[in-house]
Amino acid sequence: MEWVNDVIQGILTGGLYALFACGLSLMFGVMKVVNLAHGDLAVVGGYVALGVIAITHVPVLWSFVIVVPIMAGLGYLLQRTLIQGALDRGVLTTLIVTFGLSVVIENALLQFVNANSHSLGVGNSIVTGSFSIGSQIQLAYLLLLIFAVAVAVLLGLQYFLSSSRYGRMIRAVADDKEAAQLSGINYRHVFGIAAAIAFGTVALAGIGYGMYSQFSPSTGTDTILLFAFAAVVIGGLGSLWGTLVGGVVLGIAQQIGAQINQSDQLLAGYVVFLVILVVRPQGLTTRRAQS
Amino acid sequence: MSVVAETTARSEESYRVTRSRRNVAWTGAGTLIVVVVLALLPYIVYSGTTTIMVQAFIVLILASMWNLMAGYAGLVSVGQQAFVGLGAYFVLILAQHSISPFGGLAVAAIGCGVAAVPLWWLVSRLRSGYFAIATWVLATTVMLFIEKFPSIGGGTGMSLPGLGGYDPTLLIADTYWIGLAVSVIALGTVYLLLRGRLGLVLTAIRDDEVAARSSGARVGWARMLVFVIAAIGCGAAGALLAISQLIVQPGAVFSVQWTAEMAFAVIIGGLGTIEGPILGTIVYIVLQQTLQSYNAWYLIVLGVVAIAIALFARRGLWGLIDDHLHVRLFPVGYWLWAPGSGGRRGWRGGLGRRGGKHS
Repeated sequence: MEWVNDVIQGILTGGLYALFACGLSLMFGVMKVVNLAHGDLAVVGGYVALGVIAITHVPVLWSFVIVVPIMAGLGYLLQRTLIQGALDRGVLTTLIVTFGLSVVIENALLQFVNANSHSLGVGNSIVTGSFSIGSQIQLAYLLLLIFAVAVAVLLGLQYFLSSSRYGRMIRAVADDKEAAQLSGINYRHVFGIAAAIAFGTVALAGIGYGMYSQFSPSTGTDTILLFAFAAVVIGGLGSLWGTLVGGVVLGIAQQIGAQINQSDQLLAGYVVFLVILVVRPQGLTTRRAQS
Repeated sequence: MSVVAETTARSEESYRVTRSRRNVAWTGAGTLIVVVVLALLPYIVYSGTTTIMVQAFIVLILASMWNLMAGYAGLVSVGQQAFVGLGAYFVLILAQHSISPFGGLAVAAIGCGVAAVPLWWLVSRLRSGYFAIATWVLATTVMLFIEKFPSIGGGTGMSLPGLGGYDPTLLIADTYWIGLAVSVIALGTVYLLLRGRLGLVLTAIRDDEVAARSSGARVGWARMLVFVIAAIGCGAAGALLAISQLIVQPGAVFSVQWTAEMAFAVIIGGLGTIEGPILGTIVYIVLQQTLQSYNAWYLIVLGVVAIAIALFARRGLWGLIDDHLHVRLFPVGYWLWAPGSGGRRGWRGGLGRRGGKHS
């Protein structure tokens, strides 16, 4: 029964990891940008939520209504300025700029906020509550909610990319931005839109993580970026649903690792990541190898 | 160090190819003088200065290794802290078996080179950006693995044994000299490697990977070699770190901050030049010493400067100097002299970026 519980808990945390991962995957899929500041931006989302809740007193579960547009706006802005500037100069510059951004954000948070841990929604019955099935399995409302949000985000993204006008533009630009430009699409604007969407999911990830656990300035790289990346690689590069599969596999690996030895939780996740990298470098959900 | 490789182009007698635009024999002499002065420094300055210099040596070694990877082999790693940490831990383990940390340094560096082979096998499956994060995950995994052994301090770390009997002043001076020696070896190795066959292969890969591959360049092999050499250098720097701090803590030696420092030093100084990491390290140490009382500020400033340079002055500070003075202290490329032109047209042999005047 313990193992069943581990698997269930792993699947549910996998939803959170998929939320971490889908922004990273989207930015790579469309702009070919590997955003090394991804995790730190999620933490920024968490801090923005903290500020928004303190100022406007919105319920924590509704804070996303304000935080997501703020982060999406930031995403559009960053994409049109820093990231596009770096992209024009090559892959190496993109990596350097996003890595620089990551270090600057983390240290700026340390300098201007503090190194303390924060969490969102302490005392909220949905955030901290749970219900039991049998005597062994306890399901947290929050994890169920996050999982549902993750699935909804992925469904929404899929629908948006395949059926909407902007989705078609994004796919066109991702395929061949020069050709798209010739057909009258301003690819820089489309990149901005894609970044805005990615940052919106990053904001959700930040809020979700803030409710699930505690965050501090270093959480962005220690946890969110590396988990997101592991989920992307396990699931398969460039596959949206792969992020959910990867997140779930990572979550289950961590839960089982923690069951064996409390301190092995993280190590178990990364070991599974490395094993997948060796035996199936293209990931679990994609057929062809992509590099 | 001088312009020895002076070959004549095939049919045209009047074309000349040299390593540099000017005679750089004075660079060799200058380097020698700098090294001698640095070697005498512990007799002249207070130990506080030597301690700062040891820090500078660590950053210089790391930066020249990162430069070799990112500037020449196109490998952007943000996981070099894996080897900094491993180097420190190897020294600790050797010291526990009563091998002097100074003697252990070389073994630790080689050990990191050996460890780099299987790690390369893992991360080489991914390209560019994903390679970068994969190295980061790997570094974290190595740290989590090391933390599982209570005998070497587990998650909290432990102090380095074996140096208890040392006179503190002598210890600082010895650490300094070892640091200087490792820096000279690291820079010398990078210089000689790039002047040789590996440099040629790396240049070919940088310019056109497919063409290089089809002309028989062993691309994978060259990249692995660079990764292993960088691991050895970073391992030596990590060992030096352990000796200078006298304590090895997993969170500190495996911190991504090491990669941030080496990368920023390279970007600021000039990516893809031998001189860049040296210049960048000087900028780094000056900034760090100026801003050290403001906590995290120096990393913020360093990061912002690195971003600005990456965007607006891609060849770094050395690139700016080079553009105006056409100087290469350590030329690893070639310079083509057209008949009667006095060497106006540069031919890209070794280094340099498109649009630059010489290579």
